[in-house]
Amino acid sequence: MKGRKSDRWWTVWGVLILLWALFPLLWMVSLSFKDPETFRAGKPQFFPEQWTWKNYDTVFSDSLFTSALRNSAGIAAIATALSVVVAMFAAYAIARLDFPGKRVLLSIALAIAMFPQAALVGPLFNMWRGLGIYDTWIGLIIPYLTFALPLSIWTMSAFFRQIPWEMEQAAQVDGATAWQAFRKVIVPLAAPGVFTTAILTFFFCWNEFLLAISLTSTDSARTVPAALSFFTGASQFQSPITAIMAASVVVTIPVVILVLLFQRRIIAGLTAGAVKG
Amino acid sequence: MTVVSETAPAPAPTPTRAERSERTQYERRLGLTLSAPAFIVMIIVTAYPLAYAVVMSLFRYRLTDPEGRKFVGLKNYLTVLTDPIWWSAVSTTLVITLFSVAVELVLGFGFAWVMYRIIRGRSVIRTGILIPYGIVTVVSAYIWRYAFQLDSGFVNQWLGLGDFNWFGERWSSLFVITLSEIWKTTPFISLLLLAGLVQVPGELLEAATVDGATPWQRLWRVTLPNMKAAIMVALLFRTLDAWRIFDNPFIMTAGANDTETLSFLAYRQNVTLVNLGAGSAVSVLLFFTVVLIAFVFVKGFKTDLSQVRGE
Repeated sequence: MKGRKSDRWWTVWGVLILLWALFPLLWMVSLSFKDPETFRAGKPQFFPEQWTWKNYDTVFSDSLFTSALRNSAGIAAIATALSVVVAMFAAYAIARLDFPGKRVLLSIALAIAMFPQAALVGPLFNMWRGLGIYDTWIGLIIPYLTFALPLSIWTMSAFFRQIPWEMEQAAQVDGATAWQAFRKVIVPLAAPGVFTTAILTFFFCWNEFLLAISLTSTDSARTVPAALSFFTGASQFQSPITAIMAASVVVTIPVVILVLLFQRRIIAGLTAGAVKG
Repeated sequence: MTVVSETAPAPAPTPTRAERSERTQYERRLGLTLSAPAFIVMIIVTAYPLAYAVVMSLFRYRLTDPEGRKFVGLKNYLTVLTDPIWWSAVSTTLVITLFSVAVELVLGFGFAWVMYRIIRGRSVIRTGILIPYGIVTVVSAYIWRYAFQLDSGFVNQWLGLGDFNWFGERWSSLFVITLSEIWKTTPFISLLLLAGLVQVPGELLEAATVDGATPWQRLWRVTLPNMKAAIMVALLFRTLDAWRIFDNPFIMTAGANDTETLSFLAYRQNVTLVNLGAGSAVSVLLFFTVVLIAFVFVKGFKTDLSQVRGE
């Protein structure tokens, strides 16, 4: 009897945690459906008096936002792909091979994970202008790749360490060629780790703000977080608040989808790199 | 890309040793070649600009006045360190870091404990708390700003605070900034702590129970000491992450009422004011504060980084 009662208490706590995590999202959605003209009249309430899609129209008809969405998706995708490929080689070496400089590599990765990016905005700003890559995709992809690498290397090397690599030789003994053994045995075993790393890296690039506002100046490379901070609304006479919330809902949707689909993997990835398990 | 292996092959007395050393050499070379791209990218994009910042911090240099560039030695550092703006940014960053990390540690442990004990709905909670983790920080900042802001927010109505302007003064602004930071990053710390929690050996807890330890004693004497490594790693990561805080104050207050953080100050000097001399001095000083914090954790608190590095 006592056991069941305490189970119920844990469920209550669980519901509270869930409320804590999701309540601000409800507020975001609610605000995004308020009428931009009248939402401030009187005492603002939590829910809209009339629900309207106006803000979403505003956001999607604004080229600043649509180009930012394109930039964000493109830059995050390319930086993620590059980072995962570069990190994959390093993670394989760390997990499988014994070589001098392994400790140095891991220490550098650790140092860069802790590095204050703000200390680089000045030099990068100046250097990128000199190199002509200020305000371009490549100008953001390079630092994103760099700052995503430590996370990618750790996560993947933690996953790679758990792969039973003997199976590759076993397959070769059974008559498979080296390539077949790699493709049919190792790739399926390594793919989940690589994929999880890609999700975490994508989150990082999707989220990044400091470099995005420091190294861009127009909509040719400005990502969504940076564009949001410059957003002024449909007209100068209208408050941008509700439109900013609509744009926020739009950029949160991919995050929610990835979390819903890959919850288990994301947690495994987040903890694999930091705590040996 | 060529990587030179520095180790000369040792003269091998027996064929087996020779074979082994050849194999070792091959492994070393392959290891270096595979990790070289990551190594090179990380060094070029961080070490070079940092060195560049160190050099520029010794000059008087504004982008608006390139002709006036002049070597001034350590004068920029003196200017920064005697400026109340720097110390205000230090204290703001310190307050946000201390409060957010302390609250997150307690709250995160509570969350981890609930996720550890709960039977029904465990995966629902894990999915739920990953949303704040994944959400864009700028979005989180706007959500909380508009919840507290006078003209749009519901907080004052709900709490009966009338016309209290949260962003009108320093401490209430810092409260809202810290709240947004806590909401966004507690999930990460709680998942790290959960990973540490499940590794506490069950037999130890059972033995303590048999010996008559109260739940409170079990927590302080058995569970927490056995999680020390996980706690320290989570603390180190979160402290350094909070120390870099930029997005929340930028979106919520734009630095008004002494809410400018160190990263914000570095950004403003370098990018907004294009004052690259003094800005670089701020950047270098910011870098040293991070090194100092990491040093305190590793030497002072004996944080075991081999766990983090996965050795």
